[in-house]
Amino acid sequence: MKKIFIAATLALSVAAAAFAEEQKAAPAAAPAVSAPAAQGAAPAVAAPAAQLNQAQAVATPAPAKPAPVKRELKTNRTITIGMFMVIIAITMGVVVWAAKQTKTASDFYAAGGGITGTQNGWAIAGDYMSAASFLGISGLISLYGYDGFMYSVGWLVAYITVLLIVAEPCRNAGKYTLGDILSFRTSPKPVRAFAAISTVAVSTFYLTAQMVGAGKLMALLVGIPYKMSIIGVGVLMVGYVVFGGMVATTWVQIIKAGLLMSGAFLLSFLVMLKAGFNPIGFFSTIVSSPDIQDHVSKLVLKDGVILAGADAGQRFLEPGLYLKNPLDQISLGMALVLGTAGMPHILMRFFTVPTAQAARKSVIIAMFIIGGFYILTTLLGFGAAIHLTPQGITQVDPGGNMATLMLAQQMGADIAPVIGDLFLAFLCAVAFATILAVVSGLVLAASAAIAHDIYVNVIKDGHADQHEQVFAARATSFVVGACGIMIGLAAEKQNVAHLVALAFAVAASGNLPVVILSLFWRKFNTAGVISGLLVGTIASIGLVMVSPNMTYPKVVAAGAKKVVAAMEKKQAALPAGETLSENDAKALAKAKVDAQKDGTSMMGLDKPLFTLKNPGIVSIPLGFMAAILGALAFPNRRSEEMFDEVYVRQNTGLGMAKAVEH
Amino acid sequence: MAERQYDWKAIAKNPKFVELHHKKTAFLFGWWIFSCVYYFLLPIGAAYTPGIFKVKMIGVVNFGYVFALSQFFVSWGIALYYSHVANKDFDRLTRELIDELHL
Repeated sequence: MKKIFIAATLALSVAAAAFAEEQKAAPAAAPAVSAPAAQGAAPAVAAPAAQLNQAQAVATPAPAKPAPVKRELKTNRTITIGMFMVIIAITMGVVVWAAKQTKTASDFYAAGGGITGTQNGWAIAGDYMSAASFLGISGLISLYGYDGFMYSVGWLVAYITVLLIVAEPCRNAGKYTLGDILSFRTSPKPVRAFAAISTVAVSTFYLTAQMVGAGKLMALLVGIPYKMSIIGVGVLMVGYVVFGGMVATTWVQIIKAGLLMSGAFLLSFLVMLKAGFNPIGFFSTIVSSPDIQDHVSKLVLKDGVILAGADAGQRFLEPGLYLKNPLDQISLGMALVLGTAGMPHILMRFFTVPTAQAARKSVIIAMFIIGGFYILTTLLGFGAAIHLTPQGITQVDPGGNMATLMLAQQMGADIAPVIGDLFLAFLCAVAFATILAVVSGLVLAASAAIAHDIYVNVIKDGHADQHEQVFAARATSFVVGACGIMIGLAAEKQNVAHLVALAFAVAASGNLPVVILSLFWRKFNTAGVISGLLVGTIASIGLVMVSPNMTYPKVVAAGAKKVVAAMEKKQAALPAGETLSENDAKALAKAKVDAQKDGTSMMGLDKPLFTLKNPGIVSIPLGFMAAILGALAFPNRRSEEMFDEVYVRQNTGLGMAKAVEH
Repeated sequence: MAERQYDWKAIAKNPKFVELHHKKTAFLFGWWIFSCVYYFLLPIGAAYTPGIFKVKMIGVVNFGYVFALSQFFVSWGIALYYSHVANKDFDRLTRELIDELHL
């Protein structure tokens, strides 16, 4: 059977490569990396909160005087590709080893429940910290100071909900998927079907954002064309999941988390070494840096505030440079804090450990790793602001995504040029491993929902032997992975940053309310699960569709007209014979095209109906209300009677220990 | 796989289980609400009381930075405290319950 998959994986890569060639040959094919304007840079930073809107980004004037040194990020291709190969070789070794151990469905989805708490803790951290948090957050800190750091806090606090509310009960009540937990005392078929749809939706949104980000990042880092990057990452991801299942995925995540923490720790150490290990002095350097002061005074000038000198430097350590709309910020916080606990790929990690105690231990270990990492990003972000200057960082990438990598190269090069190249190559390899680890977890979660919930339990009524279950799991993983590659290829030109926010919003509004109520509310039942899942999911998707995340040609045109006016004024003010700088001229040309745009958004709107980018503040209460009202409207005695069993099971683990060993 | 049958209703009425359940619910939801309130003070405070966030505490380091940093330590504190209580009380009560039921 494995031979079929090997053949199919090969066929997939060949077909995908042929597809890419064909695309390349087409005359319309643009260079793989579009000019790193704000839109192109956005996906790598999954910063759904307050990503600059296009008009704003275009309006950002290029530095008035040319900076003395033109900064760029050049990787040593030989070393970098070598590092990539080492990572691929190690993880492939893991896959070969894991494939031998994967015999039952339990092995495939849950590593046979044989992962220890410590291993699972590292794997959760590896699953969770995407390239966005690794590159994006330190980038945000390097450009916007305090707000970048504040943004990262919610990602850790989210784990309190995971720890206190879902981890242990899920380990005791479930087997492989969200559907297992929800279908316990409800009508299994409809509930599993809805849970599977929601899981696939959440995983697809998140996966698409990761794939597109991956392609752009690889193109930027090592110059592999976008399509080839997507295919490379995709084929590896399919290989890990199809052959190695949860065991291989777990180890890829553990390896990645280890590499990421070593890289972040080493780089922070070098930054602090430069600052003489004096944190107070480190912060004083930020405030007194003339480049940071200049950068901040330009940022606040947009809001009509004039700041200069130390006041501007101090402003970098205060809130409000990036996260401007408080309601949007609170809404995002709600989606993070409640959504993480409803993310199918995170829930799935609790089925891999043998006991509730191990589940608890794994969350605590993950919290220390994730928290430690986000504290280190402050040092990296501020360090980059000091040593590279915000102006230098935006020259390479306006979104700041390259700040950590540039810092690594510089810190290494201060010791010896070759160490700079090595360090940069190492961090690029970490970014690559990060993408592989995150996408593999997502593919596994989506395929578990389709194979285990829909195929085995809905279509086959639970009557499928181990052989058939494993085959179904491998086949769906293959299909899900192949779809992931296709979506990644198709979405190259799309702005997908909002998909991350959408994934968390759907998880928080659709999944989490029904999980909590299933576990803790006696009166909860089938009608409650279905109405909660439906309303929560539809509300969050619907609100995003009419939110500012979509493109509104008329709004873009209005913004572009302002840019044209400003640029023409600037040109008129120039002495005779001089022309606009290259950047300004480009911005003017683009704005002139944009100003002609007319039409409506995908939903037929002139401007957003819902003004927040994050729907959580509305959709989460709606999801809870729908779940509660649905349950109350259609009371079900059997569900109420079975609550005792669910409650005793989730608290004591009775009836679970044996279920693992089959 | 013949799964053992338990009388779930009887276990749910067992005084030990009731004690475990009350202790756990109060602890879990209590600390969960506390952590949520503490977290949302950050975005709400940054937006509506920026003056407080600007107050310098140590050198140029202001209250806002210290407060954001404290979020990490408060989260870790809650996690460690929970793990301590769970390992000591909840797991012990569960074990005693299982022993008592001869399961």
